[in-house]
Amino acid sequence: MTLRRIRDASIIPALAIVLALVLGAVIVIFSSPLILGLDFTLPLVAYKALVEGSFGSFDGVISTIVNAAPLILAGLAVGIAFKAGLFNIGAQGQFLTGGLAAAAIGAWLAHAPGIVAIPVALLAAIAVGAAYGAIPGFLKSFTGAHEVVTTIMLNYIALYIVAYVVTGPLRAVGATFARTPDVGNASLPILVGGNGHLGVVFAFIAIPVAWWLLYRSTIGFEIRTVGAGPDAARYAGMRPRLLIVITMAFCGGLAGLAGAGEILGLTGYMPAGYSTNVGFDGITVALLGQAHPVGILFAGLLLGAMRAGSGLMQIEAGVPAQMVDVLQGAILFFLTAEILVRYIFRIRARSAKVSELQTVAETYGGQAAP
Amino acid sequence: MDVVLHLPVIGLVLQFLGYLLSVMATNGQLIITLSTPIALGALCGFMNERSGVVNIGIEGMMLFAAFVGWYVAALVNGGAPTTNPGPLGLTFPLLVGVVAAIAAGVAVSALHAWLSITVRANQIISGTIINIEALAITGYLNLLISQNPIPSAGNFQSFHVPAQAASVPVLGWVMTTFLGHGPITLTMLVLVIVLQVLLYRSRWGLRSRAVGEHPRAAETLGIDVIRLRYRNVLLGGVLAGLAGAWFTLEYIGTFQGGMTNGRGFIALAALIFGRWTPIGAFGAALVFGIADTLGQAVQFNPPTGDLGALLSGVPEQVFSALPYLVTIIVLAGVVGRSIPPAADGQPYEREAKAT
Repeated sequence: MTLRRIRDASIIPALAIVLALVLGAVIVIFSSPLILGLDFTLPLVAYKALVEGSFGSFDGVISTIVNAAPLILAGLAVGIAFKAGLFNIGAQGQFLTGGLAAAAIGAWLAHAPGIVAIPVALLAAIAVGAAYGAIPGFLKSFTGAHEVVTTIMLNYIALYIVAYVVTGPLRAVGATFARTPDVGNASLPILVGGNGHLGVVFAFIAIPVAWWLLYRSTIGFEIRTVGAGPDAARYAGMRPRLLIVITMAFCGGLAGLAGAGEILGLTGYMPAGYSTNVGFDGITVALLGQAHPVGILFAGLLLGAMRAGSGLMQIEAGVPAQMVDVLQGAILFFLTAEILVRYIFRIRARSAKVSELQTVAETYGGQAAP
Repeated sequence: MDVVLHLPVIGLVLQFLGYLLSVMATNGQLIITLSTPIALGALCGFMNERSGVVNIGIEGMMLFAAFVGWYVAALVNGGAPTTNPGPLGLTFPLLVGVVAAIAAGVAVSALHAWLSITVRANQIISGTIINIEALAITGYLNLLISQNPIPSAGNFQSFHVPAQAASVPVLGWVMTTFLGHGPITLTMLVLVIVLQVLLYRSRWGLRSRAVGEHPRAAETLGIDVIRLRYRNVLLGGVLAGLAGAWFTLEYIGTFQGGMTNGRGFIALAALIFGRWTPIGAFGAALVFGIADTLGQAVQFNPPTGDLGALLSGVPEQVFSALPYLVTIIVLAGVVGRSIPPAADGQPYEREAKAT
């Protein structure tokens, strides 16, 4: 891993981020009449608050890392699937069902000793997320239904499952709004700062584990071979159908773990209208990190910083926190239209594409069946 | 007959079929209304995929068009309010809103066309970006606008079939079901037929099919593949724009963040289920419209007897999730037998000119 390789791999994403910030500034200026009147300096005020909120203080840095952790896990859940030629848009559904499982088991074991309650709740979240991820994998392998549509449908269905369970069988008695009971002893211990909980550690452990799995293990080799071309993998004696199910289950488990971290580490219960979009943000993280665990680490930290700083941006500049979502979309746009980045900065650089995505498009069009 | 209906499982199935038929018979109008965005979205996908461009950004295109159409109509209404609407609730602000929604759909389609045809980027990622950015930017702007809310311009009204005509036995039902709609739904019904005819009976249809199946061969015969793909994707944007306008200018006269609620994705499934033809996609959209209607009917007009007792124990969320469940089941059941255009999703690269 030479410096040159790192530079080659990161130059396009870095410049895409710069261009996204410029485009974001233009959008802020154009929408400023809706805030407090036309103001050309508003983007600078907003970005300054964004940086201050995320890196300007110890609490800010902790908040950045806490926000980054679920994004890294969800980024891996999307990125590892990319490596297998699968587009896991369903990380959001796996995240929600995993979080719901953690909330349910956590509430059930709220009075058990933490040493029992925490691992059981975490394992339940991983298992449920994995099962929810395995469904589209199974559907793709054995019926040919493409995961792009099925995972999106499962995301909507997950919303209704959460709504039903939280307002129905698991509704906390006496709570002022529909939510599950407190997870009590199953809540993750705070290790550092105000909310630096144990779940954050799992995200940073998952990075080397994912790297080893993808690049040093047999199954990782098979996953990457299937991603490069299911037909070639089949001729080599691998079983693409089974691998697709396993990969989706593994990714679902990671997204489920992310959900458990949010519920057991931050909220302590699952509210009915739980609307954290960690799973969708995982798509941005995975693409920005080029589906490589190390890239996903940095992309997750960047987006985590933006989330951490968005509150201060809203207070100090009056720019809604949703601006961060707009910036994410803009980053993805410039990343995809990297030809623009090259043209604007007059550079030649290695492409920032995730090459296995070709398989996703081919299977969607029906050329390559699993 | 009564004995049969009380048999353990078969009886329930028969009762359910009877209930389904009664819902379909009494709610025909609502079924077509609810399938409008799905059908228009599927027609947008049809325009794209028949000429070889995958478009999973229909959801985002519809959402963005819905927002732009609503906001522009509201702005025009604030400047020049119309007091007496024409037939079907037509007003100047609403018309401008529809035009703006279509323009928004075309603009987003132009982005998709540029990314997937010229840049030859991954078409699925291009669509994903559109979905993410449309949700983000409409949410952001809607939040800003709602801080100083402006009155919306209202919405189109359904065509009212005269009572005399509606009372004719069968014909009356057909007329109210198919004609008792607002202008966008009526346009959709016409477009389904027109596009079906054009696909198999016009030069454009033949060329689009050729470009979607084998672009190289089409280019050899003198068809400009790039230009035809651009034209079809932009025309698809018109349809996505109309679908967006349906949400905010016909169905309900206001905008909510994320209001398309997956209809653009269900449209993709409808296109596959309908085997990439307009009539087929419309038929598939009706299936999803029925699922949607059934979910509403069970809550507001539940069946009686054993079936009613059974369904009353089922949580309402199951019925809300019905269209999404049906989508998965349909896709899993039909995909192997529905063959997409051969060049779907493949960027086209011209062969280098001989020097």
